[in-house]
Amino acid sequence: MSDTLVSEVRPLTPWQTVGPFFHYALPWEGGENLLREGVQGERIIIRGRVLDAMDQPVSDAMVEIWQASSSGRYDHPEDNRTEVPADPAFIGFGRCPTNEDGVFTFHTVRPGPVPGPGNTEQAPHIAIGLFGRGLLRRLVTRLYFPESEANAHDPILDLVGPERADTLIAKRDEENSGVPTYWFDIHIQGENETVFFDV
Amino acid sequence: MPMRPPVTMPCTTPFASIPVRSVAVKTVRSKKEKTMDVLQYSPQALSEPPSFAPGYVSTVARSPRKPLVRIPQTLTEVTGPADFGERLLRAPVHDMTQEGKGEPLGERIIVSGRVLDDRGHPVPNTVVEVWQCNSAGRYVHKKDQHDAPLDPNFTGQGRVVTDEEGRYRFVTIKPGAYPWRNHYNAWRPAHIHFSLFGPCFATRLITQMYFPGDPLIDIDPIACAVPSEARNRMVSRFDIDTTENEWALGYVFDIVLRGRNATPMENPQ
Repeated sequence: MSDTLVSEVRPLTPWQTVGPFFHYALPWEGGENLLREGVQGERIIIRGRVLDAMDQPVSDAMVEIWQASSSGRYDHPEDNRTEVPADPAFIGFGRCPTNEDGVFTFHTVRPGPVPGPGNTEQAPHIAIGLFGRGLLRRLVTRLYFPESEANAHDPILDLVGPERADTLIAKRDEENSGVPTYWFDIHIQGENETVFFDV
Repeated sequence: MPMRPPVTMPCTTPFASIPVRSVAVKTVRSKKEKTMDVLQYSPQALSEPPSFAPGYVSTVARSPRKPLVRIPQTLTEVTGPADFGERLLRAPVHDMTQEGKGEPLGERIIVSGRVLDDRGHPVPNTVVEVWQCNSAGRYVHKKDQHDAPLDPNFTGQGRVVTDEEGRYRFVTIKPGAYPWRNHYNAWRPAHIHFSLFGPCFATRLITQMYFPGDPLIDIDPIACAVPSEARNRMVSRFDIDTTENEWALGYVFDIVLRGRNATPMENPQ
């Protein structure tokens, strides 16, 4: 980075915690339900717990998700691929506060694969942002699907490496025979600490 | 308050030293041959603080201990919720003093500013969500047990969308300081919470705006998790030009989000 470049750049506004008292301001009714009338694709449920270093549930956290549509298209001007159909009924953003048991739930559709760096393709995944009391900045992670063969060639899982990649793979809840349900516990710290990304 | 350096500072590793392979995003591939993607946003590391700041006790069990994994921004990170029209979030609230049947108690203020990226370009049409306690230092939240009165005419939440030049403005009541149980005699400086999206997933920001001259700022573990120079960027300034005659004081708070092309992404040959 050249000195000239540095001098042109304005310093960023720093992060601060969302604190414990965001519930009456940030969550909105239906924020955890990404399904709208006419949405295309397979409906799924994403559910998990947020856990601290002692595996205690974090009941004052907030989870945000961002994902592509079932065809693998993002609802954003940056994704201008005309060859991939957009789903006007799907935005792909959700927000859910954790409950007293540290649990969050989203109703959404299974995302399609999206392009990765270079000529790679990314396996279907959901980007996750975690906020909460005691979290000075957002923690970013990803959810991948256990049955997806594309995981083996995903460029981001490849960067994570085999030792910790399993912290990013959701578990299929076999007991729920209705809508496919995936469990994704987020371990902020500890033996099973989830991989968090610097993006 | 002097802060211990974090155990790991993976975010501060200079980007160029990380052996990441080509990060050109397929759909926005650079025309320059052998040039890595230049459409990445500036590193998150530039927006302190670390996740682990032991003066803020809750971070001890709620911060990762393993290094963050540095990944290139892909189409996932350079896209994000963008159209806040009527499809996402709650209804706009520009004037938080008009939410009840009467006027809330306290000092009416006008908070305004611009949302910019780190090159000074305005960030238009992005939502700014704000929330705060009332003038007595009490939140409308069932878990806030501070022995201070609730104000039936004040909720303390709002959201506005920036205009084409990145400007926002809202009217509220100056929040009070309040105690918390982080340590003996701990008091949060008066602050307003801000939540912003910017153009994509990578530019998300949640911060707190403080007020000039507040003696609590420099003894507050949350504000002090940020080094002093950067901490000052979270302090609004009193502004006579946005102050309205015989009505309300004006405070200006400009917010700088990660921008593009701030970091050269040339592939070291």
